[in-house]
Amino acid sequence: MLLAIDLAFIIEKLVLIVIVVMASLVIAMYATYGERKIAAILQDRRGPNRAGPFGILQPVADGLKLFFKEEIIPDFSSKFLFILGPSMAMLTAIMAGAVVPWGNQIHFFNRDISLQIADVNVGILFVFAVVSMGVYGIMIGSWASNNKYSLMGGLRAASQIISYELAMGISLIALLMVTGTLSLKEMVVQQQTGYWNIFYQPLGFLIFLICAFAECNRTPFDLAEAENELIGGYHTEYSSMKLGFYLFAEYINMFVSSVIMATLFFGGYDIPFLNEANYDQNWMALFGLMALMTKVVCFIFLFMWVRWTIPRFRYDQLMNLGWRVLIPLALFNMLLTGALILFKQNNWHF
Amino acid sequence: MSITELLFWGLSVLALFSAIMVVTSKSPVHSILFLIVVFFAISGHYILMNAQFLAIVNIIVYAGAIMVLFLFVVMLMNLNAESEPKKNRLIQFAGLISGGCLFLVFISAITKSASANNLLQMGGGNFGLIKNLGMSLFKDYLIPFEISSVLFLSAMIGAVVIGKKES
Repeated sequence: MLLAIDLAFIIEKLVLIVIVVMASLVIAMYATYGERKIAAILQDRRGPNRAGPFGILQPVADGLKLFFKEEIIPDFSSKFLFILGPSMAMLTAIMAGAVVPWGNQIHFFNRDISLQIADVNVGILFVFAVVSMGVYGIMIGSWASNNKYSLMGGLRAASQIISYELAMGISLIALLMVTGTLSLKEMVVQQQTGYWNIFYQPLGFLIFLICAFAECNRTPFDLAEAENELIGGYHTEYSSMKLGFYLFAEYINMFVSSVIMATLFFGGYDIPFLNEANYDQNWMALFGLMALMTKVVCFIFLFMWVRWTIPRFRYDQLMNLGWRVLIPLALFNMLLTGALILFKQNNWHF
Repeated sequence: MSITELLFWGLSVLALFSAIMVVTSKSPVHSILFLIVVFFAISGHYILMNAQFLAIVNIIVYAGAIMVLFLFVVMLMNLNAESEPKKNRLIQFAGLISGGCLFLVFISAITKSASANNLLQMGGGNFGLIKNLGMSLFKDYLIPFEISSVLFLSAMIGAVVIGKKES
C-alpha cells in the first residue's frame, strides 16, 4: 500500500487552497483600485473612471498592461536571483493565508468541512515566520538588480523589518498570555464566547497595528521605496510583471495582515451580539465569512487612509520609534499583562 | 514506503545537497541562500518528528532573523570571488586537517552514543508539542533555562558596549 491517503480530504483541501489563493489575488487587485479611488477622494479628484462603469475594470487593464510590457533584465545582475526576488515576495505574501480560519465548519456532501486550510497548533507563530521571510524577496531582488539605489532600498527594508519584528513579537506574547493558545482557530472560538481581545489588549493592538504598517512597507514606513531619494527604491530596475509582482505582493500583505489583525483582536469570523450556535451551520459560516471580510475591508481602508494622510518618516525617526518607543512600550505591556494575570490567578487584592 | 519515509528521504537529500552547496558555491550570497534552504529542510525534519514549535522557531530565528543579518552584511561588504583575498596553501592544509579531525570526532560520537541506535519515532510522540516543551522547560529545567537567558542578555549588552567603544 503506497501512499494511503484519504482522497476526499485532498480534494477538499486543494479546493480550499485554490479558493484562498484566488481570493487573495482578486482582493489585492481590487485593493489597488480602492487605493486609487480613496486617494482621489482624499485629494478631491475623481480617480480612475474610464475602464468600465466607475472605472471598475481598471485593475484588469493595469494587469494586462503589465503583462504586455517589455521585460528588461539588467546585464550585470544574477538572472536567477533577479527572477527569484519577486517570486519570493509573492510566495511569502500568499502563504500566510494557510492558517487563517476563514469561517466555522460547513456541512456539505455529508462531510464537515472546516474553512481553514491547516489548523496547526502553532498557527500564529507560522504567520510570524512567514512574515519574517517576506523580507527576502525584497533583499534578493534589490541585490540582484546591481544598482546602488535598489540595494539601499533593500537594506532599509531589511533593517526596518528586523527592528519592528521585535516589538511585534513582544506585543504578541502579551496577547498569547491572555489567550493561552497559539492556534488561531481557538483564539476565535474564545472570542466568540467571551469578549474580543481588543478589550484585553488595547495597547498591544496599537503596537501590533503600527508594526503591521511597518512590516507591509506602507506609508509612513515606506522608506524602502522613497522615490525622492532612491529613484524607485528596491524595484528600480524591475519592469513588466516582475514589477507588478512586487506591487501586488504589497497589497496581498496588506490584506493578510488585515485578516490577522481582525482574527487576533476583533474576533475573526465572530458576528457581534449574536449566538451562532442557535442558527443553521452553513448560513452562519457564510455570514461569519462576511463579517470577517467586513472587518478586513475596514482595516484595508485604514491602511489607505493613513497612507494618504501622514507623510513619510525620516530614517532616524523610524529607527527611534521602533527601538526607543515601541519596544519599551511592548515590554511594559507584557509586564503589565503578566502581573495582572498573576494577580487574578492567585486572587490577590489590594 | 510510507509518505513519512518519502518525505524523510526527500528532505535529507535536500538538506545534504544544499549543505554541500553552501561550502562549494563561489558567491557568498549564494552560500547564504543555500543555508536558508538547509534550515528549511531541517525544519521539515522537525515537523516529521511532530516537533512543530521547534520547526517554526527554527525558521523564525535562523532563517528569518540571523540569515537576514548575514545577507545584510554580505551585501553591504559586496563580497565576491574577485575581492576575496588569496588563501595561503598552508592555511588551507591546516583547515583540511582540523576539519577532518572534527568530522572523525562527530562520527565516533554518533556511532558510540546510545540514543543513535534507537531511532526517533517519526510522526508519533507528542514531546515536541508546545505544551510539553513548555512544561519541561519551566518545571524540570527552570534554572538552566533562566541562566541561559541571562547569558544571552549579557551577550546583547556586550555587543552594545563594543559598538559604543568604536564611535
